[in-house]
Amino acid sequence: MEIRNNQFLGYRRHDGKVGVRNHILILPTITCATKVAKQITELVHGTVSFVHQHGCAQVGVDYEQTFRTYVGLGLNPNVYGVVVLGLGCETHQARNVAKEIAATGKRVEVVSIQDEGGTLDAIATGAKLAAKLVQEASEVQREWCDLSELIIGTECGGSDACSGLSANPAVGYVSDKIVQLGGTSILAETTELIGAEHLLANRAKNDKVAKRVYEVVNAMEQRSIMMGVDIRTGNPSPGNIKGGLSSLEEKSLGAANKAGTSTLNEIIDYAEHPTEKGLVWMDTPGHDIEQLTGMVAGGAQIVLFTTGRGTPTGSPIAPVIKITTNTGVYERMSENMDLNGGTIIEGNETIEQVGENIMNEIVKVASGKLTKAEILMQHDFGIWRIGPTF
Amino acid sequence: MYKSIVISEKDNVATALEDLPSTEPITVKIGARTKDIQLVEPIKFGHKFAIQNIEQGEYIYKYGEIIGRASQAIKIGDYVHVHNLEGNRGRGDK
Repeated sequence: MEIRNNQFLGYRRHDGKVGVRNHILILPTITCATKVAKQITELVHGTVSFVHQHGCAQVGVDYEQTFRTYVGLGLNPNVYGVVVLGLGCETHQARNVAKEIAATGKRVEVVSIQDEGGTLDAIATGAKLAAKLVQEASEVQREWCDLSELIIGTECGGSDACSGLSANPAVGYVSDKIVQLGGTSILAETTELIGAEHLLANRAKNDKVAKRVYEVVNAMEQRSIMMGVDIRTGNPSPGNIKGGLSSLEEKSLGAANKAGTSTLNEIIDYAEHPTEKGLVWMDTPGHDIEQLTGMVAGGAQIVLFTTGRGTPTGSPIAPVIKITTNTGVYERMSENMDLNGGTIIEGNETIEQVGENIMNEIVKVASGKLTKAEILMQHDFGIWRIGPTF
Repeated sequence: MYKSIVISEKDNVATALEDLPSTEPITVKIGARTKDIQLVEPIKFGHKFAIQNIEQGEYIYKYGEIIGRASQAIKIGDYVHVHNLEGNRGRGDK
């Protein structure tokens, strides 16, 4: 693989953004259409999809957040074209989602199961449209792009006590480097910043951002208080606790290390695209897959995911680079793990050395190297619901 | 020498970087100085032990920050985890 300083080979899109993959996304905007979407991916090479439970009987901000997530997935530059698939009667209308995506110049098709007259005809129509898009996409060539064009999502899942000592600080080193190179790094998991929020607020770009830090943390904490329970019954998880984490605050202090030392430039809502470069914080829950989906819908082309207990999680459209916090899990779950941060615990590598390993991996993955989660087709998807279904 | 880490000089707990036995004292590094701690029981990889006596209700520090309070009196060398450490945040039960 040819390596050039601070560059990678990516797909330049019509809106100027750069993708690291060239997917055709079959996007079901309603749970009733996910089976048909899956069946299209079984017929047409080069298509990806996902299963979910949303898209109907949702109202207000919950409706908007789900809508924004669908559109964001379609707009991600890792996607060449989209077949938006609806049933026909649902609240989240496929054609509305399609219209938003198409407005940017991206190739979009719409299929409605009810208009086609049933699932088998919808599969046939969808597959024919997808096949055309796949062949078009296959003619796009990678070209040299700058690392500053990347939005890197950062995440920790299945954390243990080593997370805050090894892999998270290494990701923090990478986050700082990406920011210095002019790129964007997304810190998320608001729940897992409760107890560490003052550290981020102290680095906020201005008072407005600092105030927002406390607002989002307070809102997340209030949700647990409203439920009348100790948040520790849900977060940290049993695995976190088994791994040595005793409180949410302890977990958060370790999680905050993913953010390095950079100035915090803005706080964005779930699945919102950053308006600033540098370090930004996306308000998401700690739930691994909901957070991952939010960051990818917000435009992240690659996600760095640290894990202590071991998780296979991946995304249908973005490569997830899995970095272990300890050598034990790297060896035990090697088929799901990309890099080992456990060498830091053993004293065999420094945080900076592992950070450089991650930077090199980002360049390779951006230019086409597949991650373990992609190879094993971990097409995980979940939306953070903020209202009930009616 | 058995490996553990005290992240900040403000901390009153250390984290085990490997399984630690209680058969001999563990030497911990706190900034420039060292201290020998006799563990009350073996400590598993990733888990914490007290490097000072901590009174019930007193704050427990790691990373130089508060990670919770002692829910009972803790002696130097005690295993520190969910049985004697209580978080302060997200307490909808209080």
